[in-house]
Amino acid sequence: MKFTLSWLKEHLETDADARTIAETLTLIGLEVESLEDRSAALKDFVVACVVSEEKHPNADKLKLCMVDTGGEVVQVVCGAPNAHTGMKGVFAPPGAVIPVSGEALKISAIRGVESRGMLCSERELLLSDEHLGIIELKTDLAPGASAAHALGLDDPLFDVAITPNRGDCTSVAGIARDLAAVGIGRLKTPAVTPVPGAFASPLRIGLHFSAGAEKACPIFAGRLIRNVRNGPSPPWLQARLRAIGLRPISALVDVTNFIANDRGRPLHVFDADKLQGNMQARLAREGESVKALDGRMYDLDPETIVIADDVRALSIAGIMGGEDTGCTEETRNVFVESAWFDAQRIAASGRELGIQSDARYRFERGTDPEFVVQGLELATKLILEFCGGEPAETVVAGAVPVARAQIVFSPKIVRRLAGIQLPDDLIRGILVSLGFTVEGDHELSVTSPSWRSDIEGPADLVEEVVRIHGIDNVAAQPMPRPHAVARSVLTPAQKRMRAARRTLAGRGFNETIGYAFIPRAHSALFGGGDEARQLENPISADMDALRPSVLPSLLAAAQRNAARGFSDQLLFEIGAQFESGIPGAQATAASGIRVGGAVRSWTKDAHGADAFDAKADILAVLEAAMGAPMSAPAKSGAPGWYHPGRCGTLALGPKVLAYFGELHPSVLAVFDLRAPVSAFEIFLDAIPESKAKSRARPLFQPSPFPAVERDFAFVVEAKVTAEDIVKSARSAERNLIERVDVFDVYEGTGVPEGKKSLAIAVRLQPKDRTLTDAEIDAVAQKIVAAVGKATGGTLRT
Amino acid sequence: MTIQVDESSNSPMSDIEALEQRILSEIGAATDEPGLEAVRVAALGKKGAVSELLKSLGGMSPEERRENGPLFNGLRDRIALAIAERKTALAREALDARLAFERIDVTLPARPEPRGTIHPVSQVQDEITAIFADLGFAVAEGPDVEYDDYNFTKLNIPPDHPARQMHDTFYVARQNDGDRHVLRTHTSPVQARVMLKQKPPIRVIVPGRAYRRDSDATHTPMFHQLEALVIDEETNLGHLRWVVEQFCSAFFEVDRIELRARPSFFPFTEPSVEWDMRCDRSGGQIKFGTGNDWLELGGSGMVHSRVLEMCGIDPARYQGFAFGFGLDRMAMLKYGAPDLRAFFDSDLRWLRHYGFAALDLPTLDGGLSR
Repeated sequence: MKFTLSWLKEHLETDADARTIAETLTLIGLEVESLEDRSAALKDFVVACVVSEEKHPNADKLKLCMVDTGGEVVQVVCGAPNAHTGMKGVFAPPGAVIPVSGEALKISAIRGVESRGMLCSERELLLSDEHLGIIELKTDLAPGASAAHALGLDDPLFDVAITPNRGDCTSVAGIARDLAAVGIGRLKTPAVTPVPGAFASPLRIGLHFSAGAEKACPIFAGRLIRNVRNGPSPPWLQARLRAIGLRPISALVDVTNFIANDRGRPLHVFDADKLQGNMQARLAREGESVKALDGRMYDLDPETIVIADDVRALSIAGIMGGEDTGCTEETRNVFVESAWFDAQRIAASGRELGIQSDARYRFERGTDPEFVVQGLELATKLILEFCGGEPAETVVAGAVPVARAQIVFSPKIVRRLAGIQLPDDLIRGILVSLGFTVEGDHELSVTSPSWRSDIEGPADLVEEVVRIHGIDNVAAQPMPRPHAVARSVLTPAQKRMRAARRTLAGRGFNETIGYAFIPRAHSALFGGGDEARQLENPISADMDALRPSVLPSLLAAAQRNAARGFSDQLLFEIGAQFESGIPGAQATAASGIRVGGAVRSWTKDAHGADAFDAKADILAVLEAAMGAPMSAPAKSGAPGWYHPGRCGTLALGPKVLAYFGELHPSVLAVFDLRAPVSAFEIFLDAIPESKAKSRARPLFQPSPFPAVERDFAFVVEAKVTAEDIVKSARSAERNLIERVDVFDVYEGTGVPEGKKSLAIAVRLQPKDRTLTDAEIDAVAQKIVAAVGKATGGTLRT
Repeated sequence: MTIQVDESSNSPMSDIEALEQRILSEIGAATDEPGLEAVRVAALGKKGAVSELLKSLGGMSPEERRENGPLFNGLRDRIALAIAERKTALAREALDARLAFERIDVTLPARPEPRGTIHPVSQVQDEITAIFADLGFAVAEGPDVEYDDYNFTKLNIPPDHPARQMHDTFYVARQNDGDRHVLRTHTSPVQARVMLKQKPPIRVIVPGRAYRRDSDATHTPMFHQLEALVIDEETNLGHLRWVVEQFCSAFFEVDRIELRARPSFFPFTEPSVEWDMRCDRSGGQIKFGTGNDWLELGGSGMVHSRVLEMCGIDPARYQGFAFGFGLDRMAMLKYGAPDLRAFFDSDLRWLRHYGFAALDLPTLDGGLSR
């Protein structure tokens, strides 16, 4: 909502300056987004009069002008062909900053003659590109007067962001009303006086809505004015519109734009000669379309309100008029429409059709239903004034809908909600100044004004009171502490997430945050790409699918970083991945990738990222998240985006905790990444919660007897897993065997084809005695037998 | 021990002396451990010279034994000591020789270890959590894909309400359940979820991702918000101001901050307030608490009675406030990261520049930031 200070002063008697007004508006909830004071740059420039001119002694094209600047007459060297005695221009005294150059003007000698100032062109003041001549002011102002004033630029322009609830402030009058309530001046909006009709309206109007839809347009008023002459509107009106960025079109159209901005009442003018029969408001019919004033054809759905004649829909009600019946210079008979439309319906239709218009802006924020007929009267008055003509009697269909809320209001609620104690008189005064009717003493009966459709209950009145009193005056009040010493607040799941994050960063991973939406093609590589995970209205074609895994986000990041020259990367993200587009069908995954890993180092101990790096990553995260090491073994295999032979799954029963492994080369190819890349996905929600009831650890009871370690190397079929051997070895003597560690795997010379050698270290820890050699040998025999039985392995000799 | 030499005694005595001299010189001449060991075996071994002397005591008379016993034993002890001393000396010489040889270039780089980092958004989230935990706020969560009902309707934004235009909503394709859901446009639907599940008193914050169809220099289609909700019997706008003040002062680590409250409009609060914080942008860096500029923090207000009702809370008895601030923006301001888009670009250089070390967990006692 834009307006100028002078326009505001048509409604508000005030001495406040623009800055004060802007600050006040912001503090009462009408946020001033900008206050453009176009005169500030011209504050040193004055009106000056050329009192004489003569040729420059040393230059043909220059003149010496004696210029009356108000206080003194100075000599100015001027090159403008239009400089002449008697003209008034804009004078820049020495020291003035010239807008086009940003530099201060100096007294200088031009071709040997001193020049004490400058007469300016429009371009020098950044008013236009005109630079052939100097500005000639047609003004009665005396020399020395403000040039900005003479140029009509001393009218500061406000741009206010109107929240969706304040339809009443989409008008200069409404803004003036709020300012008056807060004490910035006195409201002086002129009352509207009806214009009597000269003849009975030949046009009739009707409301044609089916039961249930009447609310769409409860009142529709109209007036025919005959024999108008539609030319340009008067200069003052054109200036008003131009100042707020509207293009003057014709008197009839300008009147509607003026009233919309001045009073917040949208109107529409039809060329009555283009109408066929009578006028009606109704919902659009199936297949109906309207060519709007923007020249585009709009297909209307049956929820859209239209203004129609007996034959066809003419305009999209409350949003945009139709081109066919619009007013032109030739219009002689005009039909002015003023109606009240349901805000939600206008909002819905406007959005559906994708039309932004000044009418929609106002209707969807709520317009004053009691001003429907008054707006029409005001339009009539102005049209007669600018275009002449004879008005018919006003015709009205329907009735003004009830817009005033009746609220029982106890002033105590101000204290309850806002925490400030205000005298009852002050509360009452504020409400009255805003147009509310207030009756009663302690329990007030408050009636809202017709223009405040947003007021529904006591809390709204509290807001009005506090807003005008100054919400910034509400003092801070400490909240009680629930506990003297704050308690831990994180849930186990939140703690797990934090542990996972810090563990991964501790292992050298850089945390990233990726978008939840990725290209559908990427999604398809990770089990997605289906319809259920598509966005209906993606912001771009490559952000159209909810990600089924965090990995594609990381791989895309790795691809970008590779292009920046980073070959080794450790990236992770903890975030949502989606199973469908249903709320809750998402999982929190801690996922990471290791790219490269073959860091060139003089230490020569680097290796390419592999599945065992990823396995170490998930074990570290799971241990940190669960508070205990993960005991379940990994199983071979993971989803298709992993290398089929180099991946694994960690699960507890049916619950998958994590996948890990090298990524599939064809997936890497899509991201232009060369192997090796290892990856993991840890599903934090699947991690079981600790069942420990006590903080106390189990008693520390180390055995006083020495532990014994024995190594075994088994030759087994290549397909036998390490886990098979470790498990069977452990089972040989559970009470004694404390741990079994794999320390060597070997295939090649010395081991038959198709077999491998796997070496384990077994640690025996007796609890009640020192083991004898014979006992140790017996356990060793049992281990060899158990492994042999379970895996067919034999001791390597 | 002193060697007693009796000048009046006869040859055995000088024989022993000679033996001792010989062995001691052999010990001194040994240049390595095997050489020394050979000397030891020759002297103290089973058939060594000294061992033979000791054995000979067995064949002596008690008087002879009384006279020679101490002599022979003394000899053995002196030889043993000399061997031990020589052994230690040889070992030290060998070690010195080895160490004189072993040298590294300490200017070579350390063994490479990747330096992991925490994303500034996570870090700031942990900082915020620490502050609000101290004030008794728990952390609540909700899904990214949200029911229209929770994202809008239960927050008093009915279908076609113009306020929906304030949110450029992403819609997900129609699902098997026949519904069309949204990517939550704010963290506020979690307010509804919390109120439907928990009876007052309620104190929660909701840090989380939100989505709007908006992308330019200062907007990304995904961003983070910080929501707070307090519901009990007496909480009012004054308490809201206090919490915002305490939070900003703690978060920005500035003792004196100055807030400005402006009325605003949000469908789910009434009255609604927007908060600005006094700042100074003049020096190229932003300073809080002084200056002539205002920094927009975000919106807030008293939870609308209709929202309370729709979420199963009796507005006649309970009331409270909610606010929603931009979490990314707070990270940007505090840590001087000017470009929001870079937050989600995963540029390693940026992550390393603005990231935090794994062990920099913000705490109130240790300070939220280093």
